Amino acid sequence: MELTIKVGLASCGLAAGAGEVYSTIEKYLKKSKIKAELKKTACIGMCFVEPLVEISSENGNTVTYGDVSPENIIELIEAYAKGKPINKNVILSNILEGSENEKLNNQTRIVLRNCGIIDAESIEDYLEKDGYKALEKVVSSMSKKDIIEEIKRSGLRGRGGAGFPTGLKWEFAYRSKSDKKYIICNADEGDPGAFMDRSILEGDPHSILEGMAICAFAIGADEGYIYCRAEYPLALKRLNIAIAQAEEKGFLGKNIFNSDFDLNLHIKEGAGAFVCGEETALMGSIEGERGMPRIRPPFPAQSGLWGKPTNINNVETYANIAWIIMNGADEFTKYGTEKSPGTKVFALAGKIKNSGLIEVPMGIPLKDVIYDVGGGMKTEKPFKGVQLGGPSGGCIPAELLDTIVDYDSINKTGAIMGSGGMVVMDQSTCMVDIAKFFLNFTQNESCGKCTFCRVGTKRMLEILTRITEGNGKIEDLEKLEKLASNIIKGSLCGLGQTAPNPVLTTLRYFKDEYIAHIKDKRCPAGVCTSLLRYEVIENKCIGCTLCARKCPVNCISGEPKKVHYIDQDACIKCGACYDVCKFDAINKS
Amino acid sequence: MKNKKAIDEIIGKYIGRKGSLIPLLQEVQTIEGYLAKDTMRYLSEKTDINIAQIYGVATFYTMFHLKPQGKHIIRVCKGTACHVSDANSILKAVQNNLQLTDGEDTTTDKLFTVMEVACLGCCSLAPVIMINDNTYGKLTPEAIEEIVKKYN
Ligand SMILES: Cc1cc2nc3c(=O)[nH]c(=O)nc-3n(C[C@H](O)[C@H](O)[C@H](O)COP(=O)(O)O)c2cc1C
Ligand code: FES
Repeated sequence: MELTIKVGLASCGLAAGAGEVYSTIEKYLKKSKIKAELKKTACIGMCFVEPLVEISSENGNTVTYGDVSPENIIELIEAYAKGKPINKNVILSNILEGSENEKLNNQTRIVLRNCGIIDAESIEDYLEKDGYKALEKVVSSMSKKDIIEEIKRSGLRGRGGAGFPTGLKWEFAYRSKSDKKYIICNADEGDPGAFMDRSILEGDPHSILEGMAICAFAIGADEGYIYCRAEYPLALKRLNIAIAQAEEKGFLGKNIFNSDFDLNLHIKEGAGAFVCGEETALMGSIEGERGMPRIRPPFPAQSGLWGKPTNINNVETYANIAWIIMNGADEFTKYGTEKSPGTKVFALAGKIKNSGLIEVPMGIPLKDVIYDVGGGMKTEKPFKGVQLGGPSGGCIPAELLDTIVDYDSINKTGAIMGSGGMVVMDQSTCMVDIAKFFLNFTQNESCGKCTFCRVGTKRMLEILTRITEGNGKIEDLEKLEKLASNIIKGSLCGLGQTAPNPVLTTLRYFKDEYIAHIKDKRCPAGVCTSLLRYEVIENKCIGCTLCARKCPVNCISGEPKKVHYIDQDACIKCGACYDVCKFDAINKS
Repeated sequence: MKNKKAIDEIIGKYIGRKGSLIPLLQEVQTIEGYLAKDTMRYLSEKTDINIAQIYGVATFYTMFHLKPQGKHIIRVCKGTACHVSDANSILKAVQNNLQLTDGEDTTTDKLFTVMEVACLGCCSLAPVIMINDNTYGKLTPEAIEEIVKKYN
């Protein structure tokens, strides 16, 4: 009996040690009598139990193990080969009970249909999953108008953040008259806390190329760019491989499917600027300039890259296209809500148990995403908020967990859907600190073109810093709101227009925390160091002198075997005493 | 400029091609390690691209360095997921381990440069760092020493 062994080798798997697992299996199979084909795949989304290995046999029996290590993998393979698979750390299986089975079953996989299943570096694998059939269908049997109509009917909205209807965007680009048109895939994924685009790029790059090719055919473009951030070396590598394979097979290049349709795709590596995710800045960057947003209109569909009509979509948007063409718009609209059909991929991270990637139909309540699919909180500490939309988004509190996930409902809370990053926070997160964190981010990333965005965010950051250091005044809160509304009005692009959102939402839902910082000079979560106080608990201190020796500023005094004392005026709140004390005799408050 | 000949070759490859300034600078930086003033001046003379434009682009993108960098680059993630998982203490541990004091980012032996970045795309393994092209996740401050040792 021949086995197939697949190892998940996306960035998350590699970071968890999947590379060593792979080489251990490789070495073992060379010497062993067990016949097995060793394959690479990417991320199935269960990043919290990486490394993941799937073992299957010709009769279709499959077991996927999580938390695999070089030490236990051989045992797992040998037991499986003997027909007695071990029932431990089973993630998915059709023969054993897996603890996570249910969690995958709650999901609907359209975008992630192949992620973690196929070998991303093999075009044959993609073809086996009906890859490039949708492209063949549109080139050989559909008119440009039909394609655009189908995408319009599907109601697909752009997954890059703003949720603009994709079909409509394509129609604008199609209607623009020009001898040259471009398409662009936005793979800049700048939201810190989101990684679904990376997983698709690493796990199923051909689905993006196919989506782009269908779009290019529909709007009449013959050249395109994928703008991918340089922090994703593996994604860049796999994109390069995929493009070369598609060119060799004739899915890209000249006379695709023997038609007069040509398409050349290039990869542009981002150079590290968040604002380059904004579409007009991105085009400036491809043109070799500083990535500064430009005034719209004209919109890219009229005048985009080098002044030519250009269609730009996000990675996840393109990854939906081939599925819609093959299965039809009606099938797509069976999922999701009326105004936000289909599914959405979310990247769950932070204090959640099952952190990783999930794909769920639009319209399910946030509560279900976090507690059912995400498995709830990681530790005992209770839920405090979930951050959606990154630096442009906001924190949604526990009271609003019944909100359903679609573009319009999330907007109503003051957050935005954004690209789908969800960072879950518990009581150990300080909301004022989070607001400061995001403002620090946007302030750093502001391109500097608009005064309100450049200077206004700096002033807001100063106020927030002051509050976290215990020097805030109650009037500051009003000042923050006023500045926020001016920045929103006075900025050209989405970066400035949304930069105040993290502050506004935390002010709206967690105002008591701001007040505690200002009035009581207290950080309820114990995060803001300046407001912390370290004290020796007298009846626990045995006078071992360790803390006094470790204190970098020598502010702890006391004789050996006697209770020690921390000089509060000299203390720099570094926490060294708290960390080293073996008797829990330091109180942090 | 150490590699004039190689730079000339890169210029030859890109000269006159539209939108090529960023890849040109990227390639030059790859062989030179950083973009020195003289290098940028030389590029400007050879390509007829205004020096102000070159400088403007080089300072806009975080990827370009105007100072020499260490042999190994340590990127400490300060993205949202890592921030709430106490990325600050990881950064501190890295800096302590390399004996970097405030404000310095490169060790005196030029072996390491430490950078803060926003999200390495492995948020589910937060906190995360990346050394060259290798990612390390689920870190604790205590784990840093072992990892950095591998590159010494
Ligand atoms: C500051 C800023 C950053 C952005 N970053 C990204 C990004 O990283 N990825 C992305 O797809 N869209 C990003 N966008 C949205 C793009 O401007 C654009 O709307 C999107 O690429 C369109 O694709 P879609 O219609 O498929 O969503 C950003 C917008 C702004 C204002
Ligand atoms: S926030 Fe650190 S890897 Fe994403």
